[in-house]
Amino acid sequence: MKHFFVLLRHEMWALLINPGTYIAAFLFLIVMGFIFQDLLTALVRNPQENPPGVTFFQLFWLPVFFLVPLLTMRSLAEERRMGTLETLMTTPVTSVEVVTSKFAAAYFYYLMLWLATASFHFILYQFSRDIRLVDWGALAGGYLFVALSGLLFIALGILASALTRSQLVAGIFAFTLVFTTIIGGRYLEELVLLQEARAEWVGRVVEHLQIFQHAEDFTAGVIDSRPIVFYISGAALLIFFSILAVDLKNNRT
Amino acid sequence: MENLPHAIEVDRLVKRYGSQVAVNQISFTVGRGEIVGFLGPNGAGKSTTMRILTGYLPATSGSATVCGYPVAAQPVEVKSRIGYMPENNPLPEDLRVVEYLRWRGRLKGVPRRRLRRRIDEVLEVCDLTRARRRIIGKLSKGFRQRVGIADAILSEPEVIIMDEPTIGLDPHQIVMIRDLIAGFRGRMTVILSSHILPEIEMTCDRVIIINAGRIVATGSPDELRREFIGSLAFDLELAGPTPSLRDALLPLDPALRIEAGEPSENGSFRTVRIQTSHGPEFGEAIIKAVTTRADLRLRSLTRRTASLEEVFLAATRRSWETELPLPAAPPSPSNPTPDEPSPEPAAAAESPTAAPDRDPPGASDQSRPSP
Repeated sequence: MKHFFVLLRHEMWALLINPGTYIAAFLFLIVMGFIFQDLLTALVRNPQENPPGVTFFQLFWLPVFFLVPLLTMRSLAEERRMGTLETLMTTPVTSVEVVTSKFAAAYFYYLMLWLATASFHFILYQFSRDIRLVDWGALAGGYLFVALSGLLFIALGILASALTRSQLVAGIFAFTLVFTTIIGGRYLEELVLLQEARAEWVGRVVEHLQIFQHAEDFTAGVIDSRPIVFYISGAALLIFFSILAVDLKNNRT
Repeated sequence: MENLPHAIEVDRLVKRYGSQVAVNQISFTVGRGEIVGFLGPNGAGKSTTMRILTGYLPATSGSATVCGYPVAAQPVEVKSRIGYMPENNPLPEDLRVVEYLRWRGRLKGVPRRRLRRRIDEVLEVCDLTRARRRIIGKLSKGFRQRVGIADAILSEPEVIIMDEPTIGLDPHQIVMIRDLIAGFRGRMTVILSSHILPEIEMTCDRVIIINAGRIVATGSPDELRREFIGSLAFDLELAGPTPSLRDALLPLDPALRIEAGEPSENGSFRTVRIQTSHGPEFGEAIIKAVTTRADLRLRSLTRRTASLEEVFLAATRRSWETELPLPAAPPSPSNPTPDEPSPEPAAAAESPTAAPDRDPPGASDQSRPSP
């Protein structure tokens, strides 16, 4: 992993000097700001069960659906299409270093975007000074959830990008993967209920794949080690597949 | 390491894509400090061979060794000893030249202390010093190409591999890059590919002609000329009737061919081309024979050297013949071969470009050693 930091630095630098980075961040914050404002308006009209910070994290899927494909679709697909992957792979750099550095850069940017939304809660607290509206514990849990689940989502996006040379295909594929991962768990749960006793263990496994449930648990302060293992190992597996994809595809071009 | 005779050794290399054979049993060696040109029609397997040498593509079978390291088993050792510039020279669009080189230098393991000085050196060598702060995406083709070369030589590699380094450049830039490459002679081993034949002829010590995945000829441009174009051609600037010239020369060489050109606008002189299978000393005989005739006036005589283009066409044509035995017997010496229908589109696209006037019809076939 000698070159990992050289590559990561380069990726970061490429993000920093790209105007697209700032435009994307700006638009992301506008969308998230609208959502947050909507939550506050709802709170003013009717009393709500949860403070806005908690509801905010239950809507995590909305930005994830569009943000993850957009962040990751470029990474490997574009390099392959441009041919810069070839110049990269003919230096003493391994595919492990290339894929992990791409992943790390995309993940870092994803975290930065989410961290910027912390300002919403801070502004709300500044103006309300009301601990019932801003529950710091729930927020910390929520951001921990975002950071952990982000590992898996970004890894899904990187895998999609490793499999094709077209950004468009990578983007749509990433969206499909993320969508299936988030919604699929809920769907499976209902499916398995149909065939009860025989496949009980399946039901138990599926129980742990409920990403919505994880979001709820984390904001409620229930931080279980099982989702943590799920996200980290899932991400590691997907990165491993991406590395394989890069190696195998190079062999055939 | 240093006492190894060959920088590159390739032994019976094969690369298949599915059922298609891109490289078929290629073997060659490249000595240290040698500049070698790969020549071949599109799709002949030049790029594939180069990619295998860089370790980017694995070979189907056979072995390739760079600086004593087998490419398949020790790719990292090999990659740290080569500088590679792929076809079309892909570069990141949004970096500045100097940023790009700094990053590449780090990847290639140039020590940090040395890197700054080394970047200044390569910028100087490639005449990029003025463009060092410019954004690569906004550079012209010539500048981009030089950035690619600067990157290839950045880490002072032992072997430089360049796929079509002069493609799309104007004549000035071609001369510049040619000089640049010639400057590496003796210090670095260079392999480059091109279809621009004079290019290869001027820079390379040795040429390897590849067609349809096989090596069809290898040697210095002169050796290849001797092997494939057995005949010599003399251009005479001459005034007088052609039949008279024929009478004068036929006794010297009955197999000789005379082509009379258009008369030039000033006076009666015109250019006549004479092709013979004799050696260069035949020129003297021509002069003697012509000057004895009163009705012939000779103004100049030039010995024409066959361009590599002709060699290339002859070599690729022969490779088609040996590979696909034609239904007819090999063309008889008396029968001037018409342009043979090429069995594959790659060759068909190549031949018409040079066929009309440069191809010495028949002559090359007459003197050709049988395959």
